[in-house]
Amino acid sequence: MRALSSRPLWVFGALLALTWVLARHGAGWVGAEGWLGDGGLEWAIKYPTAWVIPLKDYVSAAMKWLVEEAHFGLFTFTEFTRAISWAIEQPYELVRALLAEGFMDGPGRRAKQVFPPFSWLTITACVVALGHYARDWVLAAIVGLAFLYLALFGQWESAMITLASVIIAVPIGVVGGLSLGILAYRHPMFDRILKPVLDLMQTIPIFAYLVPILFMFGFGPVSALVATVIYAMPPMVRITTMALKAVSPEIKDFGVMTGCTRAQMTWRILVPSALPSLMVGVNQVIMLSLNMVIIASMIGAGGLGFDVLSALRRLDIGGGFEAGIAIVILAIAVDRLSQAFSERSGHVKPDVPGARWPARHPRATAVLLVMIAAFILGRFLPFFQTYPEEWWLTTGDFWDNSVKYLNINFYDEFEAVKLFFLNYFMLPLKRFFLGIPWPWACLMVVALGYHFGGWRLAAMNAVMTIFIVTTGMWEKAMVTVYLCGSAVVIASAIGIPLGVLAGTNARAGSAIGVVIDTLQTLPSFVYLIPVVMLFRIGDFTAMVAIVAYALVPSVRYAAHGIRSVSPELVEAGVVAGCTRWQLLTRIRLPLALPEVLLGLNQTIMLALSMLVITALVGTRDLGQEVYIALTKADTGRGLVAGFSIAFIAIIADRIILASARSARVRYGLEEAAHG
Amino acid sequence: MRHVVKRALTGIVAGVFATTAMATIAAADVESTDPIKLTLHDWSGQLINTQIMGAILEEPGYNVKYVQADYIAQFAGLKTGDLTLAMEIWATTGQEALDEATATGKVVNAGETGLQAIEEWWYPLYMKEKCPGLPDWQALKACAGEFASAETAPKGRYVGGPVTWGGFDDERVEALGLDFEVVHAGTDAALFAELESAYQRKAPVILWVYVPHWAPAKYDGEFVEFPAYSAECYADPSVGVNPDMAYDCGKPRGPIWKAAWAGMADKWPGAYKAVQAYTLTNEEMSAMVGDVDLDGKSVEDVVDAWMDANETRWKGWIAH
Repeated sequence: MRALSSRPLWVFGALLALTWVLARHGAGWVGAEGWLGDGGLEWAIKYPTAWVIPLKDYVSAAMKWLVEEAHFGLFTFTEFTRAISWAIEQPYELVRALLAEGFMDGPGRRAKQVFPPFSWLTITACVVALGHYARDWVLAAIVGLAFLYLALFGQWESAMITLASVIIAVPIGVVGGLSLGILAYRHPMFDRILKPVLDLMQTIPIFAYLVPILFMFGFGPVSALVATVIYAMPPMVRITTMALKAVSPEIKDFGVMTGCTRAQMTWRILVPSALPSLMVGVNQVIMLSLNMVIIASMIGAGGLGFDVLSALRRLDIGGGFEAGIAIVILAIAVDRLSQAFSERSGHVKPDVPGARWPARHPRATAVLLVMIAAFILGRFLPFFQTYPEEWWLTTGDFWDNSVKYLNINFYDEFEAVKLFFLNYFMLPLKRFFLGIPWPWACLMVVALGYHFGGWRLAAMNAVMTIFIVTTGMWEKAMVTVYLCGSAVVIASAIGIPLGVLAGTNARAGSAIGVVIDTLQTLPSFVYLIPVVMLFRIGDFTAMVAIVAYALVPSVRYAAHGIRSVSPELVEAGVVAGCTRWQLLTRIRLPLALPEVLLGLNQTIMLALSMLVITALVGTRDLGQEVYIALTKADTGRGLVAGFSIAFIAIIADRIILASARSARVRYGLEEAAHG
Repeated sequence: MRHVVKRALTGIVAGVFATTAMATIAAADVESTDPIKLTLHDWSGQLINTQIMGAILEEPGYNVKYVQADYIAQFAGLKTGDLTLAMEIWATTGQEALDEATATGKVVNAGETGLQAIEEWWYPLYMKEKCPGLPDWQALKACAGEFASAETAPKGRYVGGPVTWGGFDDERVEALGLDFEVVHAGTDAALFAELESAYQRKAPVILWVYVPHWAPAKYDGEFVEFPAYSAECYADPSVGVNPDMAYDCGKPRGPIWKAAWAGMADKWPGAYKAVQAYTLTNEEMSAMVGDVDLDGKSVEDVVDAWMDANETRWKGWIAH
């Protein structure tokens, strides 16, 4: 870190001390009025309500106009969005019927199935075949076991409903992301407009735009799908643009020389050569879609997400865990499959000429045979159609009892840990942030922006902080900063050493990898309720949940940074006689610093995105504001609070990226000209 | 030849769209076969209530569809007719939203469900030993310390509902001079997680509980008896125990309403009449909620059992 601030180190120190003094004495945090209050400057501590711009009311009014009045001449805006909704609903209903529910005849409860969905055997056979096709028998076994698990543990039908929504959301996300990415690649101007929009799409909490989506697309699974796509698409756009830019100039020149048209250039040359990177984007879309299942189920997606919610609603912790683990298993299976496909893309085996169709397509033939057999046998023996309920396994009691055991026997220990953190870490931090006068804080944010990114970043920071202040969100924003800040500190303190361990020791690395994968895909709601039981409602519980979720990138990036240090440099260190400790502290860590900073950046992003989830525990920050707006269906309130969260994220992101860049410049990893 | 192909194609198309076709035939005697959309939330009582209503409407042949929707956000859908019927709007938590919606003229209050909501401070029975004066609220003054946690000591700790539920507990604590700190849970699930945790350890806890709910069936406990609620007590500081402050009484109790899209009565008059006639009792509901949440029965089974046991009742509702 020294490199970041070697010149004005004392300036930073002095400013920090001054801020502390202002927060400590100006606001009078011990309860007594501070001198800012005495001097008639209360407005600097608490932004006066009279000065708040009622932006949220304007937004709500605009939304109302859009939904109720807006007209394109031939049709209204609502008719337009409902048409889209209809177009998405048709394929979704079809896939859902095929995978989970079958085709029904007659209304409601007395409906009879005219045609059953695919049997669990058929679908399992299908994924096994896909696994074998994409890589080998090992992968086939992994995905096959994963799907068997879903059947054995009674999660089949919900899992298939979830899978159906992924099957619909992913292609929309991929095609949309690809087209936007290509457009951005072709037109730098569009790229410049798109970038901040993508930033917002990734940082505005989903809850904030659920209400407008419900208004536009109606109640039901389609709105959930639309929200999923908005959330899952940005990485695809970014990766597309990046991958196309990275296509080597020789290949492009080749295209130009052979006289390709623009379309040919894109679809025959650029996209195929960027395919491996593009598949990484597809994988991201899939994983993010699966991340959304809980929130999507709140507005009608059903499936595993709904099972988690309803289990926890009746405090069936075991049931919640089982459904949550089913999400993890489904995610792992789909992830491994799509990764295998991305590695496979490019290697196409030539067909054996002259052979008959079954011989050329042994896997498809096998799946078809299983399908026909399961269908016919399933008419007489229900086992072949649906895995019987009497044979379901359950681990629910185990989870219930574990939490109960911890609660009864270790509650005092948990309480002691909690109080220690609260008294010596979180509360002082909270007082500090809430005590800073807002004009001073704005000034500091702008100054930081200027220092790291020049006047442009400074101006951007100024606009964003002023937005937060003038919409009356300041106090909640500071609670947000305090909560996320303390979570990020702790997540980094745990995550970076773990990442270093994973990066230097292969065996530890694979064990940590499993934990990290699980933490990333396990819906946070699953562990939120047990955490409440052990730590009770309060900021500490919220922080624990945020840390568990935001830990992932700090481990990943630290491990990646350590691994990607060039072996020659490590070798040189060994030759020079460094001890292992010296190798780590003198060579590996400093060179991994830019990566670690990127990890920190991602940790902050994830911490902020967890806020709306922790609002379910009962915090008093911007996340709560968004959540309240959702339950009150108040578009303006939700969006204003959502934008405030997004702006905090963007300010943190820009400052850290700029400082990471200056670190790279100092270590000679990048030319100064870029900055 | 062409004829045959055409006929085969028609057959396939008819097969695929059998759903709609059959619905039309089966429901020739109802006013409209468009789906009546009932909203589902995430608590069992509401699921049972809604699915019983749905099952009754299906008897004469109405086309019923269930839609997952948020409790408050659903009003947006009810106003436009996206959603047709919401079976549980609690006077205690949803009155404001319901009044706002009915004032627009696009949503109507379809009457009481017969269920009475009670919401109040609640404690497990073992706390009575530590605080013998309970359930009278005066006892809380003396033994606030018994309910303290390390963070709130010497004040007692009361876990209130989500901020969106309202409830005026912060005001109540002040008006009644109770030495308690109000901690707001973010959701119903977090609220009862606190209770479960404390109950397992027989630790002090006092919190917001409402009925009909499974919690009073699972845990032994009682509601605190505050001075009875009156509208004046909330509005007028001089009324009640504390002459200077409002909210110096308990929470209001009230019915659980049914709310419908205003167009429902015109489009499906028969169905709307059945909805208006429909009532259950708190006892019935508590028993069914217990069957689902505590004994692990499925909502469908519980609904089927109710339908079988109460045939004359629901036949009367649709006979209008």
